[in-house]
Amino acid sequence: MTLDSKIPAGPLDKKWTSFKNTAKLVNPANKRKFEIIVVGSGLAGASAAATLAEQGYRVKCFCYQDSPRRAHSIAAQGGINAAKNYQNDGDSVYRLFYDTIKGGDFRAREANVHRLAEVSNLIIDQCVAQGVPFAREYGGLLDNRSFGGAQVSRTFYARGQTGQQLLLGAYAALSHQIALGNVTMHSKTEMMDLVVVDGHAKGIVVRDMTTGEISSHAGDAVLLCTGGYGNVFYLSTNARGCNVTATYRAYKRGALFANPCYTQIHPTCIPVSGEYQSKLTLMSESLRNDGRVWVPKKKEDCGKEPKDIPEDARDYYLERKYPSYGNLAPRDISSRSAKEVCDDGRGVGPGGLGVYLDFADAIKRLGKHVIEERYGNLFEMYHNITGEDAYERPMRIYPAVHYTMGGLWVDYNLMSSVQGLHVLGEANFSDHGANRLGASALMQGLADGYFVIPYTLGQYMASQFGKKVDANAPAFAEAVESVKARVNKLMSINGTRTVDSFHRELGKLLWDKCGMARDKQGLEEALRKIPKLREEFWSNLKILGSKDGINMELERAGRVADFLEFGELMCLDALNRNESCGGHFRTEYQTPDGEALRDDANYDYVAAWKYEGEGKPPTLIKEPLVYEEVKLATRSYK
Amino acid sequence: MISAPSQSRSGPHPIFLWLFSSIGKKTVVALSGIVLVLFVTGHLLGNFTIYLGKDWLNWYAEHLQSLGPMLWVIRLFMLATVGAHIFFTMLLWKENQAARPKKYIASDPVGTSVFARTMRLSGLIVLGFILFHLAHFTVRIVDPAFQHMDTMLDGHEVHDCYRMVVTGFSNVPVSILYIVGLFLLMMHLSHGIGSLFQTLGLTNRRIHPLIETVTRAYAWLLYIGYISIPISVLTGIVK
Amino acid sequence: MKFYLEVWRQKGPDGAGKLEHYEANDIPAEASFLEMLDIVNEDLTKKGIEPIQFDSDCREGICGNCSLTINGVPHGPGRGTTCQLYMRKFRDGQIITIEPFRADSFPVERDLVVNREAYDRIMQAGGFISERAGSAPDANSVPIPKVVADQAMDAAACIGCGACAAACPNGSAMLFVSAKVTHLGLLPQGKPENDRRVLKMVRQADKEGFGNCSNYYACEAVCPAGIPASVIAHLNRNFSFASIKESIGITV
Repeated sequence: MTLDSKIPAGPLDKKWTSFKNTAKLVNPANKRKFEIIVVGSGLAGASAAATLAEQGYRVKCFCYQDSPRRAHSIAAQGGINAAKNYQNDGDSVYRLFYDTIKGGDFRAREANVHRLAEVSNLIIDQCVAQGVPFAREYGGLLDNRSFGGAQVSRTFYARGQTGQQLLLGAYAALSHQIALGNVTMHSKTEMMDLVVVDGHAKGIVVRDMTTGEISSHAGDAVLLCTGGYGNVFYLSTNARGCNVTATYRAYKRGALFANPCYTQIHPTCIPVSGEYQSKLTLMSESLRNDGRVWVPKKKEDCGKEPKDIPEDARDYYLERKYPSYGNLAPRDISSRSAKEVCDDGRGVGPGGLGVYLDFADAIKRLGKHVIEERYGNLFEMYHNITGEDAYERPMRIYPAVHYTMGGLWVDYNLMSSVQGLHVLGEANFSDHGANRLGASALMQGLADGYFVIPYTLGQYMASQFGKKVDANAPAFAEAVESVKARVNKLMSINGTRTVDSFHRELGKLLWDKCGMARDKQGLEEALRKIPKLREEFWSNLKILGSKDGINMELERAGRVADFLEFGELMCLDALNRNESCGGHFRTEYQTPDGEALRDDANYDYVAAWKYEGEGKPPTLIKEPLVYEEVKLATRSYK
Repeated sequence: MISAPSQSRSGPHPIFLWLFSSIGKKTVVALSGIVLVLFVTGHLLGNFTIYLGKDWLNWYAEHLQSLGPMLWVIRLFMLATVGAHIFFTMLLWKENQAARPKKYIASDPVGTSVFARTMRLSGLIVLGFILFHLAHFTVRIVDPAFQHMDTMLDGHEVHDCYRMVVTGFSNVPVSILYIVGLFLLMMHLSHGIGSLFQTLGLTNRRIHPLIETVTRAYAWLLYIGYISIPISVLTGIVK
Repeated sequence: MKFYLEVWRQKGPDGAGKLEHYEANDIPAEASFLEMLDIVNEDLTKKGIEPIQFDSDCREGICGNCSLTINGVPHGPGRGTTCQLYMRKFRDGQIITIEPFRADSFPVERDLVVNREAYDRIMQAGGFISERAGSAPDANSVPIPKVVADQAMDAAACIGCGACAAACPNGSAMLFVSAKVTHLGLLPQGKPENDRRVLKMVRQADKEGFGNCSNYYACEAVCPAGIPASVIAHLNRNFSFASIKESIGITV
C-alpha cells in the first residue's frame, strides 16, 4: 500500500490557491442531499459542523459532554497565532509557515503547513466577526504577544481564556445552525465504532450515555474531530473524558494511525502533588514571556526559600543554553531541560520535581498591575491550587503531557485512508510534525473547520451523488452488535480492580518508558508489560451498576480498554523511530550536549500504521516527506 | 419594484409579550414601586407639619380634603398602583415557586440579604399595616371618637387631625404597632429601592454598590422620620 | 483528613432520591473536591456499592461540567468551580452535604448529574452573531475601545455551568442570559441584531421555565467566572428598549 497525499502541483505558495481554483464543487441543491456526521464539538468539530451547515450540508454533530460548549478546546489558555503582522515586526505567511515546520522538527508536510499559515489570518477575521473579545490596545486595535518558538509577536489572545472564547465563538455559530435546523446535535453521545460500507465510511455507532442505548447513524461522510490521546498517560492536562476511542476504532476499521509516538510535554504545568491526583493543570506558556525559569546551581540550595538564594547561585538554564530564545525556547526543549536539571538533583518542591518560574524581574520592570493584567487569572489559579502567591514567590512548574501531534493519517483533503472518513484538528497528524508550537493548536483546529474542510470535502462529496448508503446495510447491524458485545463483556468480567487503577498503572508505565525521554530497553519493557496489563484488565475489571443508563465507570472502561491497545502502538512507533525529533526523544540519539539528533536519511517519513487484525502486529507504511521549499536543518534555538 | 409588506405577526401584540415576560412583570413592579416610594416620601413630608404646630397640620389635612374629586382620582390611582404591585408580584412568585420546586436539604442563603429574602413577608405585613392605618386615621373606625374631633381653623370648622394623631399615638400598643409596621416598611424599601434601579437597568457595576448604600440609608431615614411622630407623642414632645 | 458525606443518590430521572451517608477516609488536604469523590468512589466500588455518578471533565475550572451543590452552595465555598475547590478549605471531620444543582429546568438524571440542555436552547435562541465563515472584514477594520472589549470579556467569561440558576431561590437564569447579551451587545459586531437577540433569549429562558430575577444576587455570589449582577441591569435596559421598539414597530 502506498500513500497518496494528494498534494497539489505547483509552487508551495500557490498550491492552496490553485487547489481552490480547481477543486470540485457541490451545488447548494445537492449539498442539501448530503448528511455529514461530525464527531466532536471542539474547535475543529464545532467550526466544521457550523461551516458545513452554513454551506447547505445537513449535519449531525455528536459530543460526549452534556453540551458542545464543554469540549476541551475550552481549556486552552494562551492564544492563537496568525501571520497578520499587525506589529510590523517582520512577520509573514512564510515566516509562520517556516516557524511551524522548524518547530515541528522538520517532520510535517510542507503543503499542509503552508496552507495553515495562509488561512491563519482569515481565522482572526472570522473570530472577531463572531464577537470573540480578543485583547485590545487603547487605540482599539488588536493586541499581540509573543510565544515560544517565534521571534515575532503574532499571538492573539483573550486574557488567559483564548480557547474558551474561540470555542464559544464556534459554539455560537453551531448554535445558530442548530436553531436553523441545519445541524442536529447529539450531546452526551459517545462514538463507539465506525461503520465502513464497501471501503467508505458511512456511519457511526454511538452509545447514548444517559440511557445506555446503542444505535447507529448513517451519513454520506464522517468527520472525526475528537482531539488527542494524551490521556493514555492517565495524568495529563487533558480533560477527564478525553480519549482515543473514536480514532482508535477508526484505525481498527482501516484508517492508518500516523506518528503515535509524537506526544508533546508542556513545560509549564503545576507539579504533581500525590497519588490521588486525577489531572495536571497547565499554566499558559505565555507566562514564559515575562517569567524567568531557574533552579539553584547547587543541590544543597534546593530546600531553601527561593528569596534566600542569591542571584549568582541561580541557574537560569534556558537563558544560559539558548541565549537567543532564552525562556521562549520551544516546548520540547524547555520540557527536556527541566527534566535534565531535575534528574541532576536540582529540582525544587515536593519530590524534587519542579523548577522555578520567576516574575520578580518582570514585576520590577513593568509593575505588578501589568503582570496582573496579563496573567491575573493564572496567578489566581496557581494560588488556588497550591496555596502560594506567585507575586511574592516564584511559581513551581514541571512538564506534563499536553498535546499529541500524532493522529490519524490524512491527505491534503484531510481524508484518511478510509474513503469519506475525514479527520480534523488534534485528531489528525498533519500540521505539527514532531512538535507543536504554542498557540498553533487553536489555529489548526479552526483552520481545518472553518477554512479547509469546507473546500476539501467537496472532493469526496462530488463522487458520492446517488450513492446514498442504506442504513439497513449489514455493516451497521454488525457494528452495533460488536459494540453491544463489547459492552456486555466489560460488564460481565466482575473482577476486583477498578477502571482507574488500570488506567493509572498504564499511565505510569507509559510516562516512565515512553514519556519525555525514551530508550529501546524501556520501550521493549513496556511492550512486554502492556499486553499483560490488558489481559488482567479483561479478566479482573470490576464495574458495578448497569449498562442501561448513566454509568461513568463503564464509559471510562471502554476508553481505557482502547488506551490499553493504543499504548502498545505508541511504544511500537517510538521503538521504530531510531532518532530523536521534537516530542520524541530517544536517549540513544542525542548530540554530545544533549540535543535531539535527527536522522533525516532514514527517518524523514511519516510512520503510518495499518491495523492487521486481532493479535497481529500492525504494518508500517511510510509516507516520505518531500521538502521542496525548506532545507532540513538542525533545529537550533541557541 | 414593490417590496413585500413586512411579515404580519400572529399571536398577541408585542406589548403583551413584554408585559407578561419575566422582565416586563418586574418592570411593572418596579414602576409601581417608584410611585409608592414617592408617595411614602411625600406623605412623610406632609406629616412633618405636625412639628410646626396644630394649625399647620390641620391646614395641610384640610387642603388635602378640599381637593374633592381630585382626591378620589389620586386615591384610585394609588389603589391601582398597589394593586398592580401586588398582582404582578404574586404572578412572579407563583412562577418562581414552580421554577425551584425542590429546595436544598442543606440550605445556605449565600450572597442574599435578609431584606431580599423577606420581601414577600414584609410586603404582606406592610399591606396589613396600611389597611390598619387607613382604618385608624382615614376611615377612623378603630376609634370612632376620631370622627367627631373638630376644631376651628381660620374661622372654619375643620377636622382636628392634630388631636386625632396625638390621641391615637398616646395609645402605647397602637404606637408599637406603628413602629413595628414601619420597620417592615423600612426592610421592604431597603431591598426594594435599590432593586428598582437594577430592574429598570439604571445601574452599572461601578454605581451599584453606591445605590445599595443610599437605598439602605434612605429607607432608614424614612423610618426614623415616620416613627419620630409616635415617639414624640409618647415622650410628650408633641402634645 | 476525614469527612462525613451526605450524598444525594437518585436512580433515574423519575426516582425519588434521598441522601445517603458515606465516610471519606484518608483524604489528602491537597486533593480537590472531585478527587475526594474519586477516592470515595474507588472505595465504594471495592465494597460493592455503586459509585456516585457526577459530571466533571476539564477539572481546571473552565468547562462548566460539574454540577454539585456543597452544603447548600453551588460549587461549594469560595470562588470557582468544584474542581477548583481543595479539601484544605474544609475542617477535618466536617459533615459535607452534596446535592445536585436544583432548578426545575435542570432535571436530575441520576445522583448528582443534571440536564442543562435548557441553557443550550437559550443560546440557540439568539446567543450568536449571524455571520458566516469567509464573510468577515479585516479584524482591525473596526477599532473597539479597550474598556468596551474588557467589559465584553468580563461578561464573555461565563462558563455556562448553571450555578447561577441553581443558587437563585427563584431558579432564574438571568445572569446566564444577561452575560451573553452583554458580551455580544457591547461589541459593535453584535449591535445590528441586539434587539432581536435580547427578546429571543429572554423569551426562551421564560419558556424553559426558569424563574424571574428578584435581585437576590445569589447568582453573583456563586458565579465561578465572577460575572457581576450588573449585567442583568444591562439586559433589563436592553430588553425594555427592544420591547418598546418592537411594540411601536420600529425594528426586530
